[in-house]
Amino acid sequence: MLKITNLHASIDGKEILKGLNLEVKAGEIHAIMGPNGAGKSTLASVLAGREEYEITEGSVDFDGTDLLEMATEDRAREGLFLAFQYPVEIPGVSNVNFLRTALNEIREYRGESSISAKDFMALVKEKSAIVELDAKLASRSVNEGFSGGEKKRNEIFQMAMLDPKLAILDETDSGLDIDALRIVANGVNTLKSDKNATIVITHYQRLLDYIVPDFVHVLYDGRIVKSGPKELALELEEKGYDWIKAEFAH
Amino acid sequence: MSYTENDLAKDLENSEYKFGFTTDIESDRAPLGLNEDIIRFISAKKEEPEWLLDYRLKCFKIWSEMTEPSWAHISYPKPNFQGISYYAAPKQTKKYESWDDVDPEMKETMAKLGISLEEQQRLTGVAVDFVMDSVSVATSFKAKLQELGIIFCSFSDAVQEHPELVKQYMGSVVPATDNFYAALNSAVFTDGSFCYIPKGVRCPMELSTYFRINEANTGQFERTLVIADEGSYVSYLEGCTAPQRDENQLHAAVVELIALKDAEIKYSTVQNWYPGDKNGLGGIFNFVTKRGICETNAKISWTQVETGSAVTWKYPSCILKGDNSVGEFYSVAVTNNYQQADTGTKMIHLGKNTKSTIISKGISAGKSHNSYRGLVQIHKNAHNARNFSQCDSLLMTDECGAHTFPYIECKNPSAKIEHEATTSKIGEDQIFYCLQRGISEEKAISLIVNGYCKEVLNQLPMEFAVEAQKLLTISLEGSVG
Amino acid sequence: MQTIEKESAAGVNWQLKGSFLLNPELRQKALEVLDNTPFPTTKTEAWKYTRVAKIKNSNLSVQENPVPLTGNFGLSTDSIQYVFVNGHFSEHLSSKSYPEGLKILALSQMDEAEVRVLGGNVLLDGEVFSSINTAYATDGIYVHVSAKMQIEPIIEIIQINTEKNVLSNLRHVLVGEAFSEVQFIQRSISVNGSDNFTNVISEIHVGKNAKLTIDKLQEEHESCFQISTELVSQHQDSNFTINTFTLNGLLVRNNLTIEVDGQNCETHLNGAYILNGNQHVDNHTVVDHKVANCESNELYKGVIDGKATAVFNGKVYVRKDAQKINAFQSNANVLLSDDATINSKPELEIYADDVKCSHGSTTGQLDEEAVFYLRARGLSEASARQLMVGAFIEDVIQKIDNEPIVDRIHTILKERFNWVIE
Repeated sequence: MLKITNLHASIDGKEILKGLNLEVKAGEIHAIMGPNGAGKSTLASVLAGREEYEITEGSVDFDGTDLLEMATEDRAREGLFLAFQYPVEIPGVSNVNFLRTALNEIREYRGESSISAKDFMALVKEKSAIVELDAKLASRSVNEGFSGGEKKRNEIFQMAMLDPKLAILDETDSGLDIDALRIVANGVNTLKSDKNATIVITHYQRLLDYIVPDFVHVLYDGRIVKSGPKELALELEEKGYDWIKAEFAH
Repeated sequence: MSYTENDLAKDLENSEYKFGFTTDIESDRAPLGLNEDIIRFISAKKEEPEWLLDYRLKCFKIWSEMTEPSWAHISYPKPNFQGISYYAAPKQTKKYESWDDVDPEMKETMAKLGISLEEQQRLTGVAVDFVMDSVSVATSFKAKLQELGIIFCSFSDAVQEHPELVKQYMGSVVPATDNFYAALNSAVFTDGSFCYIPKGVRCPMELSTYFRINEANTGQFERTLVIADEGSYVSYLEGCTAPQRDENQLHAAVVELIALKDAEIKYSTVQNWYPGDKNGLGGIFNFVTKRGICETNAKISWTQVETGSAVTWKYPSCILKGDNSVGEFYSVAVTNNYQQADTGTKMIHLGKNTKSTIISKGISAGKSHNSYRGLVQIHKNAHNARNFSQCDSLLMTDECGAHTFPYIECKNPSAKIEHEATTSKIGEDQIFYCLQRGISEEKAISLIVNGYCKEVLNQLPMEFAVEAQKLLTISLEGSVG
Repeated sequence: MQTIEKESAAGVNWQLKGSFLLNPELRQKALEVLDNTPFPTTKTEAWKYTRVAKIKNSNLSVQENPVPLTGNFGLSTDSIQYVFVNGHFSEHLSSKSYPEGLKILALSQMDEAEVRVLGGNVLLDGEVFSSINTAYATDGIYVHVSAKMQIEPIIEIIQINTEKNVLSNLRHVLVGEAFSEVQFIQRSISVNGSDNFTNVISEIHVGKNAKLTIDKLQEEHESCFQISTELVSQHQDSNFTINTFTLNGLLVRNNLTIEVDGQNCETHLNGAYILNGNQHVDNHTVVDHKVANCESNELYKGVIDGKATAVFNGKVYVRKDAQKINAFQSNANVLLSDDATINSKPELEIYADDVKCSHGSTTGQLDEEAVFYLRARGLSEASARQLMVGAFIEDVIQKIDNEPIVDRIHTILKERFNWVIE
C-alpha cells in the first residue's frame, strides 16, 4: 500500500530525513518509535504534505500513485489520514459541518454523490460511539474548548467517519490518561480491517500494549535503523534509546 | 500543494459581482444638479406638504455650509454633487393596487435579486418594501399588519398618511446638522421606509426592505424611520444591491430608530452594493448615518454584514438614554480588491445600568482597506454602565490593510469597559488541517471565515443568515472550476 | 550661539529673549512654522482630549542665565548625574568624571560646529511644541556610548525647575552604538518652582545589538506643565525599553515615537500614571514597525482620582512587508472618583498580513470582593483600597530593573497618595 524509498527531507536547509525506507501492506499495523528529534513527526508531516518540508530525494508510492506529486487534500481523498499530534481548533465551525464538508468533497472526488443529511447523522451516531465521544461534542466547534483527551478521541472519530486506507497516528498517546488511551486504542482496533493499514508513531511503548503492531521500527537520525516484531518495543522500553544512539551515532 | 495564497488572491480578483444587471424600465428623473429648485421639484413630485418642503430647504441650507468629512481612513474622488440626479422614479410605479399590476420587468428584477415577493410571501412570510432607485414600489402584507395596528409603508405614504408621527420623529435622532451626508439626505431624500409598532405589539413577522440603485448617474437617498412604541418588538431587515457601472454612485441614507420604554428593535442589514470591478473602477459610495435611541429598558440591536460598496462610511449607533437600556452592534465587514470600509459604531451611555456589546469582524483581501472605528462614551450620570467590545481583523493578503481605531471615553467611576482587538492572518494550520481531511483550500477558507464570523451571523434571522453566508463565500470566493 | 530678536511665537505672549543653541537654519524653519501654525485645539485629532490653552495663556519667560542652586538631586549614589536647572546646564551639580567609552557633554559645552549637526530629525511642520523647542532650546545633554561598551553606572538626567513661570526648552541626544548597553533615568522635579513649563525633546539612537533603557520619572509641582517628546530609532537586533511614571504635574503630555528600523528588535513601553486634583496626563505612543520579525510590548496603567483626567493614545503601525510582527498593547484604568475621566484610544494600523497584533483597554473599579476580603481580615476600608490600588499599579513598577527609582516611586506614592506598596 505504501512504499517509501530512500526519502530525504529537509526544513530550512536542515536535513531531517536521511534516506528512510518503509513498506506497509494492507492489513498491517506498523509502529515507528524513536527518541526525540529522530524525525518521527517530520515523517508524518511529509506524508501528509506539509509545504515547509522540502523533499530532496526519494519516492513514496501510495497504492500505485506518486504520493509526493499530490496536493494535501488529494492525498486525503486518496485515503491517507493523519491524526494530528496537536489537533487544530477552528472556532465557529462545527465538527459536523466540518466532517460533512470533508466527506462530501472526498465523495465528489471519487465520483460519488453527496451523503444525505439523514445518512450522515446516522453515520455520526454510529462512529462517535466507537470512541465514546459525547454526541454534544459533534455539534461543537472543531476542537475548540476540547480537553486533550477529547481532541485525540475526536481525531479517531474523524478517522472513523472518513474511513481511510492508511491512517498515521502521530503521537496520539501523548497527553492521554489511561482511560482515554484505552478508548483511543479500542477505536483504532475496531476500525482495523484487512483493507486498511495503520502507522503508529510514538515515543513510548505504552500505547502498543493496546494497539498491537505487526512490526516495530526504530527511527533514529532520519533513518530506520532497526526493525522487528512487537517484542522490539518492549526491548526499547527496557533499555531506553541510549543503546541505539550508541550503536548508530557517527 | 498547488493552490497558494497568491492563486487565491487571483481568484478573488476574478470573482464577479453577481447582482450586476440593470432593469430596463422607463424612468422619470430630475435634471442633474442640486439647488433649491431641484428640492422644490422633488417635493412637488411627491406632492409633499409645505412643512416638509420647508424642512428640506432648511436642511439644504445647513448642508451648503458644511464640508465633506475627511477623518475616516478612506480615500476616494470627492463626488460631484452637481453631477447627480436627485430624483429617479421608475415611471409606471404610481400606485399598484395589487401585485398583478407590477411591471413584469420589475418582478424579474426582484427575482434576479433572489427576493421574488411571491416566493418571499409564500415561503417566509416576510413583509417586503422594495425601494428601487428612490421610490418604494411595493409593500406586501400591508393588510395583515394593519390588523395589529402596525404601520409599514413607504416614507412618502407615511408623510401623506401619518404626518404627525413623521413630524414628531424625523430628525429627532439624526438631526440634519449631524453630518454632511445626513444633511444632504435630509434635503433631498426621495423615499424610504416607515414603520410604527404600536404599544405592546410584538410584530409577528420580519419586516424587510430591499434597496436598489438602478439608474445611472443617480444617487439614492432613502430614509428609514422605525418607531417601536412602549413594550413593542420588531425585527427589521434591510438588503441592498446595485447594478454594475463604471462610474461611482452615491448612496447617502439615514436610518433612525426610536425604541420607547421597554421596546426592542432588531435591525439587520446585508449590504451588497456593487463594490466596483477588480481594478477599483466604479462601485457605490456608501455614506450612511444610522442611529437609534433607547428609552428606559429599551434595546436596539444592529447587525450588519457588509460585503459591497467601493467605499463604506457607516457607524450604526445607539444612544442609551433610558436607564437599563441595551445597545448591541454585531458586524462583519468584508473588503476585497480596492474596496475601502471605515465602519463601526458609537455607544453613548447616558442612563444608569446601561449596557452595550460590540462584536466586529473585519476581513480584508486583495488591496482593500478595512477599518473599525468605534466610540464608547460613558457620561457622568451613567452609573454602572457596562461595555464589552471585541474587534477582530483577519488579513488574507500582504497588500491589504486592517485597522482599528477605538475611542473610549469614561467619566463615571462605576463603569466597566473592556475592549479587545486582534489582528492576524488566516490560520495556516487551520487550512492545513482542513486540507488533510480532504477539503479544498477554497472551501477551507470559506469554512474558516464563516466560523470566524459565527457570533455575528448567529444574530441574523435564519433566511438572512443563509444569504449572508453565501455572500461571504462569494465575496471571498476563489477558484470556480 | 547667537541671540535671537524674535520674542513671540504661535500667538503667545511669552518672553523669549536669550541665547539659543541649535543650527540657525533649523531655528529659522521652526520660527516660520510658528508663524504659520496656530496652537493646537481639541479639534486637532492629536490633541482631541488635551487642552493646551492653559499653557498658551501663561506668562512664561525663558531664563537667560542659570540660577545658582545647591543640593544633591540624584536618586543613586553611584550614578553619573547631569543636572539642568530652568533649561540651563548646572556644571557644579553634575558629575565630573565618567567611564571610558562614554562621552557626555551638555550641548552648551560643545563646539558650535558639533551642535550644528544635531536636531534635524525632528518633525517641525504643524508641530508647535517641537518648533518652540527647536527655536528656543537653551541646553540639553549629548550622550554617546561607544560600540561594545557596557556602561555600568546609571546616567541620571535631572531636570529641575525653580521660581515661577519659567519656560525651559531642553534638547537631548542619546546615542548607543552597536553592541553597547546603557541605562538612563530622566527625572523632572520642581525645587521651589511652580507654574513652569518644561518642553523637552530627546532624540535617541539605539544601534545594532545595543540595549538602551530609560526610566522616566515625572514629579514636577502640581502647577507645572510638561511636554516631553522622545524620538527613538532602533536598529537591528536592538532592545529598547522605556518606563514612564507620571506622578505629579498639572498637565503632562508624553509623545513617544519609536521607529523600529531593523529586524529582530525588541521594544518595551511601560507606563503608570497616578493622578488626583486637577491633573491632566496624556500619553501618546507610536510604535512604527517598518521591517519584519520584531516584537513590541506595551503596558500602561492608570489610577485616576479627584478631578483628574488621563488620556492614553497608543498606536501600532505595521508597515507593508513588515511580516512576522508580534505587537501587544494593553491599557488598564481605575477611576476612583466621580469626577475622574479617562479617554483611551488604542489603535492598530496594519499593512502586512503575517502578524499577531492585539490591544486591550479596560476601565473599571477595584475588585470589591477583594476589598471585602481584606476588610474581613481586619484592614480598614481605606487601607484595603490602598493595598488594592498598589497591587494594580505594582506590575508596572516591577518592570523597572532599578532599585533607587523603585524606592523613589514608592516614596512618592506614600507621601503624595498615602499608598503603601510592597
